[in-house]
Amino acid sequence: MRRGDEGAPLALIEKQRGAMRLVAVDAAAAALGLAPGLSLADARARVPDFAVADHDPHADARLLARLADGCDRYTPMVATDLFDGLTLDVTGCAHVFGGEAGMAGDLARLATHWRVTVRHAFADTPEAAQALARYGTGEDDLQALPVAALRCDEEIVTALTRAGLRTIGDLAQRPTAPLTARFGEETTSRLARLLGRADSRITPRRTLPALRCERRFAEPIARTADVLTVIADLAREAVATMERRGKGGRRFAIRLFRSDGDIRDLAIETGQPARDAGLVQRLFAERIDALADPIDPGFGFDLVRLAVPVLEPLAPTQLHLEGGEVSDGELLALIDRLSIRLGRGRVQRLVPRDTHIPEQAALALPAIEAPVPEAWPAPPPGEPPLRPLHLFDPPQAIEVTAEVPDGPPRQFRWRRSSHNVIRYEGPERIAAEWWKRDDNAGLTRDYYRIEDTRGRRFWVFRHGLYRESGDPRWYVHGLFA
Amino acid sequence: MTHAPASTLASLRRRIARLERLRPATGVARVATGHAGIDAALGGGLALGRLHEVFAVTADDAGAATGFAAILAAFTARDGPVIWLREGRAQARARLHGPGLAELGLDPGRLVLAVPAAPLDLLRAAADVVRCDAIAAAVIELWGEPRPLDLTASRRLAMAAESSGVTTLLLRIAAAPAPSAAQTRWRVAAAPSLPLAANAPGHPAFDLELMRQRGGPEGLRWQVEWNRETRILADAAAPLLGAVVPLAEHRPVAAWG
Repeated sequence: MRRGDEGAPLALIEKQRGAMRLVAVDAAAAALGLAPGLSLADARARVPDFAVADHDPHADARLLARLADGCDRYTPMVATDLFDGLTLDVTGCAHVFGGEAGMAGDLARLATHWRVTVRHAFADTPEAAQALARYGTGEDDLQALPVAALRCDEEIVTALTRAGLRTIGDLAQRPTAPLTARFGEETTSRLARLLGRADSRITPRRTLPALRCERRFAEPIARTADVLTVIADLAREAVATMERRGKGGRRFAIRLFRSDGDIRDLAIETGQPARDAGLVQRLFAERIDALADPIDPGFGFDLVRLAVPVLEPLAPTQLHLEGGEVSDGELLALIDRLSIRLGRGRVQRLVPRDTHIPEQAALALPAIEAPVPEAWPAPPPGEPPLRPLHLFDPPQAIEVTAEVPDGPPRQFRWRRSSHNVIRYEGPERIAAEWWKRDDNAGLTRDYYRIEDTRGRRFWVFRHGLYRESGDPRWYVHGLFA
Repeated sequence: MTHAPASTLASLRRRIARLERLRPATGVARVATGHAGIDAALGGGLALGRLHEVFAVTADDAGAATGFAAILAAFTARDGPVIWLREGRAQARARLHGPGLAELGLDPGRLVLAVPAAPLDLLRAAADVVRCDAIAAAVIELWGEPRPLDLTASRRLAMAAESSGVTTLLLRIAAAPAPSAAQTRWRVAAAPSLPLAANAPGHPAFDLELMRQRGGPEGLRWQVEWNRETRILADAAAPLLGAVVPLAEHRPVAAWG
């Protein structure tokens, strides 16, 4: 739990079954006899003077996620345990930090930066480590732990205690079969995992990337230029590996670990699988340039990691293509660059859709992931444009004077000016897609192409027929050239 | 005074030519518009790989100016890729509609649309786009008079266009013309179309004014009609409807087609 700022005892409360109950208390409050589960009224009766704050599980989860990301520096295998624990698989990782003690020391250092209190334990299985960290008294003695460390249901713990089995050691000496018969298979399998009799693994929060390389620094680096140099170095290493495997990556992620435990993530994407260290470095430089809030190095970064989440096949050498294809590649590179600088959604390709609803006729997809562009169907020959160049979304309401109720507009007011219609064509009747909707299908739209005295061409529609709605409204939906 | 040797003169000329990047557009590739008057005024057609400005003085003519820019992009780019940059706000107000572009002859399949949030982002992206010789034409659409677009910015665009060969169309809507480094500057307004059967609105028609041209005649006006199939601008004369539209002198009969 996060430390309180001043000396006053603090408890977090939540409404449970109609009563305000404590869900977490800090050390000072615990020392006064407050415990989670107590109702707020009872707690106030015991200790009149303690601070109270609302419990915010989402904030807890966010904090835990941040800590888990920070622990990524020790091992990529980080799993969360309940709402307040982290389990790290540090098999083969500890030597980097000078053994387990060194790692624990480093974690304690980060914990002061994070302003959290940490209890830790090392053990051979995840369950054993979790039990020692949560229930241990300091010595790494599994046998001495209470049976609650099995983390079974409340009733089973009570039943075990009634049977005189108070510690893990009591259980460990007994044969398994009678225990299973009396307390259920769950209990014995938990015991087996706790004691290391059965194999058990953690499920890391994130899937491991296909390719990963990193640099650690004894002396943290702080300048952006140095970071870019390191990125270039990592990119070259990653590219060498990808070349050996005949693969390329479309997404490259950099994680910068600050020496005080904070992390910063940067990622780039390319439209095609890439395996060019120079390109990766240039795109990262572009990305860092375009950051709204510059990278804050704090006291410097002591670990920089490049990850390629997914590898895709890429021919061993880039083909030397002729003419058009080369410029095609350049266009794709330009799209990558623009997408990284402006944001992927801001560089689009228009894809035609098979629908007659005008506002759905074109789909704007991010260009970086759009399919290979194809030519659009050619419009019917000899016709003037039947669809506008600018489409208003949503359509803009206009005041229309029409000769006959269901007839074309004669005059309309739009944007505070009046337009006299001298030519029109229509109506083009577009009904709502009733086969796609369960409810009432929506109103029919009667579209007119109209031209005013000054030659401006508009696409207007009447929303609904007179028999559908009493007084249909008119809208201008687009402008023609 | 002694005469400098011819080789010295030639090298000096080359140096001057290098310094003066914006030399008059002689010997550049041009694409004919099909309209005799316009082609004559432009010296054979619209210069490729240059900066051209298209103005709609008021927002009312946004449709016409956008259409004219799309048409210029369509016939300068041929089948090459086109990048259209417009501000996010403009795109939110009135979307650029794919089917409408297709019906003007600019295939949306070879269009990439970029919608940066602010004019400064847009101009930065534009500088990058215009330098990329893989694309055939770029349309840079700006509404109003954004501060970052000054003479320096337009000179940069013009030089980039010249060195990469990307035909760059600067589409300015609701903006007053200001000094720039563009090869040509057009003012576009909507013009009444030649009606089709049953008095239906016809093919797109424009009231064009060639306001400025580097090293060429300027201040000329035409009324033209765009035909998607033939991909040429044809003379359009408006029929007698109100006094706002002047009649062209020699109306070709074929235009009634």
